[in-house]
Amino acid sequence: MKLLKNLLKSPMFVVGISLFLITILVALFGPLFYEMNLQRVGMPYDAPSGKYWLGLDNFGRDYIALLLRGLSSSLYVGLIAGVIATSIGTLVGLYGGFKGGIADDILSVITNLFVVIPQFVILILISSTFEKRSLALVAVIIGFTAWTWSARGVRAQAAALKSKDHISLARLNGDGIMKVLIVHVLPYILSYVFMVFILQVSSGILSEAAISMIGLGPTGDNAISLGVILNDANRYGGLSGRFWHTFLPATCVISALVFALYLINTSMEGVFNPRLRK
Amino acid sequence: MQNSDLKIFDASNAVRTFGHGKKLVTAVDGVTFDIKDGEIVSLVGGSGCGKSVLAKIMLGLHRQTSGTFLYKGKEITDLKEHWREVQSVFQDPFSCFNQFFTIRSQLKAAFGIYKTKPSDKEMEDRVDQALLAVNVKPSEVAGKYPFELSGGQMQRMLLARIFVLRPQVLIADEPTSMVDACVRANILDYLMKLKEELNMTIVFITHDIGLAYYVSDRLFIMHKGKIVEQGAPDDVTVNPKCEHTVQLLEDIPEIHKEWIKR
Repeated sequence: MKLLKNLLKSPMFVVGISLFLITILVALFGPLFYEMNLQRVGMPYDAPSGKYWLGLDNFGRDYIALLLRGLSSSLYVGLIAGVIATSIGTLVGLYGGFKGGIADDILSVITNLFVVIPQFVILILISSTFEKRSLALVAVIIGFTAWTWSARGVRAQAAALKSKDHISLARLNGDGIMKVLIVHVLPYILSYVFMVFILQVSSGILSEAAISMIGLGPTGDNAISLGVILNDANRYGGLSGRFWHTFLPATCVISALVFALYLINTSMEGVFNPRLRK
Repeated sequence: MQNSDLKIFDASNAVRTFGHGKKLVTAVDGVTFDIKDGEIVSLVGGSGCGKSVLAKIMLGLHRQTSGTFLYKGKEITDLKEHWREVQSVFQDPFSCFNQFFTIRSQLKAAFGIYKTKPSDKEMEDRVDQALLAVNVKPSEVAGKYPFELSGGQMQRMLLARIFVLRPQVLIADEPTSMVDACVRANILDYLMKLKEELNMTIVFITHDIGLAYYVSDRLFIMHKGKIVEQGAPDDVTVNPKCEHTVQLLEDIPEIHKEWIKR
């Protein structure tokens, strides 16, 4: 509670969380108030008008409906990828950092291997092996390639806790390693893990946009994400034809979403880390 | 019950190093000693002399890199078994408890070391008794978290844990360094009470040779990982043979020194 109060004192956090909540509310409740017609309603690239505020896309579909659907898809991918990446990273980092020795060496080598191979290359390779890709599959692929940074961060935190007295005492109480990790280590780094999670969500959203932009995103008629919208704009000449309404809104939404998440993350660091506290 | 021939700890040329190559640090450098049943032995030395590492070897939290280190004549292999008999009080009471759980639940968690836990009723009763043994009313700490208690209270909670577990051997790693003089006297009293009640063997680790003189049967003086002098408190303090002992004796406040001479 006190933590929340401190967080709310930070203007960065207030701006970030408001922006994020607004996008979530829009994604959740927008479709209830807006007629979600994803069929062709007019001529391709019709300019914004009184009826269709952001105009029509290359297939003559209502752009606002596309954006709403795309936003919820991107959030969905981001959250799933974030949960997967954070869980794997936390488990690997906790165990390796705490256990030390050979287990840690092996896990570190694997982690570093994933770090040096650009995540995007692996993403492209894995994605291109699947003919059909649902949103969930894209999210899972992103999650499984993005965990390395969280593993490194968590590992450092867990290793620092290793020599603390309360850990020694827990061992003297006969607690096994899993109990020590979950009961005596994890709570101490939970705030850090939460921050990692937020970053993983935002990088998941960005990864989805990037992979979709080059045409390896979710497939199928109903698969519409912010990245897919950008890909369409690129592929069907929205970009080269300078129809700004086909790419600018989607770009702005992605930027706003990621910006909001980064603001939340940065402001939390200021509250959780006593040294940065003002 | 007491068997003064039984060697609780028997170390011969025990070494503990950390790291390797150029970064090799020798924390405990070939110590040879034994500690007999029912003894109170003080391990005295300045910061970084390796006394805490030696304490962790006794606890089985570290293993010697070379040499032998025996507990009751045997290598320490089964740690849970070891911890049923050998327990510890640490230096900083605040860092010893998990701040996310209540004190009481953590005192109860100590029963985890037993093969079969006693009934819930018995555990509660024993925690209550242990709290009373260190002069804390159970209601005083009911529902409290570690950060809600004072340093003196926390140190007593650590001792209460020992009263709960009733081990045969206690490794007390600077249990009085973080508390004021008044609480220090209290804690020493509790240690003596434990000793009397349970016939416990106590290894008392401290940088304060005056304090060590007051409580122990024998003194071990440590310097740079080695035990440079060992013997009865009177011998060591009155006729120090080693310069490091002299140094430690000179460092204690005057009023203390008078008291030792007396």
